[in-house]
Amino acid sequence: MKAMVEKKIENLGSYVIDLLTGLGEFMNYVSRTLYWTFKSPYRFQLLFDQMYFIGNKSIFIVFLTAIFTGAVFAFQIYVGMKVINADSFIGPIVTIALSKELAPVLSGLVVAGRCGAAMAAQIGTMKVTEQIDALEVMGINSFQYLAVPRIIGATLSLPLLSAVFLLIGYMGAWIIGVNVLQIDEMIYVSKISDFMDLGMVAEGIIKATVFGYLIGIIGTFHGFNVQGGAEGVGRGTNMAVVWGMITVLVVDFFLTSFLTKIL
Amino acid sequence: MSKYSIEFRNLVKNFGDSAVLRDITTGIHANKITTVLGFSGAGKTTLMKHILGLTMPTSGDVVVLDTCINKIDELSLREFRRNFGMVFQYAALFDFLTSFENVAFPLREFTKMNEAEIKDKVMSLLDSVGISSEAAFKLPSELSGGMRKRVGLARGLALDPKIMLYDEPTSGLDPITTHMVYDLMKETHYNNVSKGFTSVIISHDIHATLKYSDYIIFMEKGKVVENLDVESFKRSENPIIRRFLEL
Repeated sequence: MKAMVEKKIENLGSYVIDLLTGLGEFMNYVSRTLYWTFKSPYRFQLLFDQMYFIGNKSIFIVFLTAIFTGAVFAFQIYVGMKVINADSFIGPIVTIALSKELAPVLSGLVVAGRCGAAMAAQIGTMKVTEQIDALEVMGINSFQYLAVPRIIGATLSLPLLSAVFLLIGYMGAWIIGVNVLQIDEMIYVSKISDFMDLGMVAEGIIKATVFGYLIGIIGTFHGFNVQGGAEGVGRGTNMAVVWGMITVLVVDFFLTSFLTKIL
Repeated sequence: MSKYSIEFRNLVKNFGDSAVLRDITTGIHANKITTVLGFSGAGKTTLMKHILGLTMPTSGDVVVLDTCINKIDELSLREFRRNFGMVFQYAALFDFLTSFENVAFPLREFTKMNEAEIKDKVMSLLDSVGISSEAAFKLPSELSGGMRKRVGLARGLALDPKIMLYDEPTSGLDPITTHMVYDLMKETHYNNVSKGFTSVIISHDIHATLKYSDYIIFMEKGKVVENLDVESFKRSENPIIRRFLEL
């Protein structure tokens, strides 16, 4: 019995140590990437390449996600609001939900899945095939060359994608609300302008910026920490997606609590 | 400058409780081809990582071209690494760039050469290692193992290094390609030696080592057993070396 308790305590201690070590490594990584972000040389071409990959190449999937989210959300709100004869509120409810929550969170999840995975896989493959060592031997800082453009690229691209999401989601809701459910167009638009303000859009943009930074950091961190061969790359990619998505959802809660007070 | 381009002074490296390099004091002769030879796990690759400053010693010093590289700051070390060229075990070419772009990469990063000058230099380097202009615009995945090593060598030579390092350069190659790669390494060495050029090869291929090296550093269990010229190495009475020679 005593031995069993000792074993449990030992396992718990080992788990806590591993957790704290991981956290320490992550914080060390964050500080290193921050340091190298502001050091020359500044590689703008790599940044534009990453923004093209994260932003432009994600537009189609963001478009599909946004238009159906807006449309389905409008339809569901209509079903609920019709009961209390408040179906003209579809516009403001959908637009507020999109601008404050759905656009940043869903575009964050899309980017975490698509680009966080790609970052971890690209960097992880470079690590196991010694390409990162080759950069270091040439005197090039691999964090600065590989991580910094991806992190800044995600930080700058996600608010833009979130804005696109908001616009397309609004269009999806408008198509359902005005064209399918026959809500008067003037009422639909005027209700939105009655309830919406710029602070709500700003809240979404701030959230998307923070999510972009976190997805970039998590994706590249798991790429640099890949160990072993192809299996290690797979594990790193999986971790980048899982932690990227969890982080978006958890941080969204705390950001909402904070931003609602100040905006 | 001393007769050595690289010196290890009481070099010790531990990873946790395990000692990987144990009090190594020796040197690599300037302007010669030296092979670091030994069984797997002898510490050869760790020794090479110390030369490049990719791993720092637990104690002792590594002096390269009269600079103690474990005592300089990170930015200086990165700048200092431009003295090195390196050919990796599996070439480590950037897989998203063509052969041409791989060789042009260090030139674009570290020189102010214009595109025409870069093109001339890259094509001349690729030509010197026997890569055709057709293969120059192929991705590494479209090249054979031997061709990838040659492109890796051309990339390593792009910045006119003073020290060229080869990590198991012929691993995974057939015997004929192995000798072609060694011939190329030797030719490269003697083409550059007048400018001051040291070649260091990490290997466990005893036959190629005896044929192509000037000096051999033999390692076992983290220690340097001998550092001898090839003829003395062949005559060594050390039982570990004799065992290796008889393989």
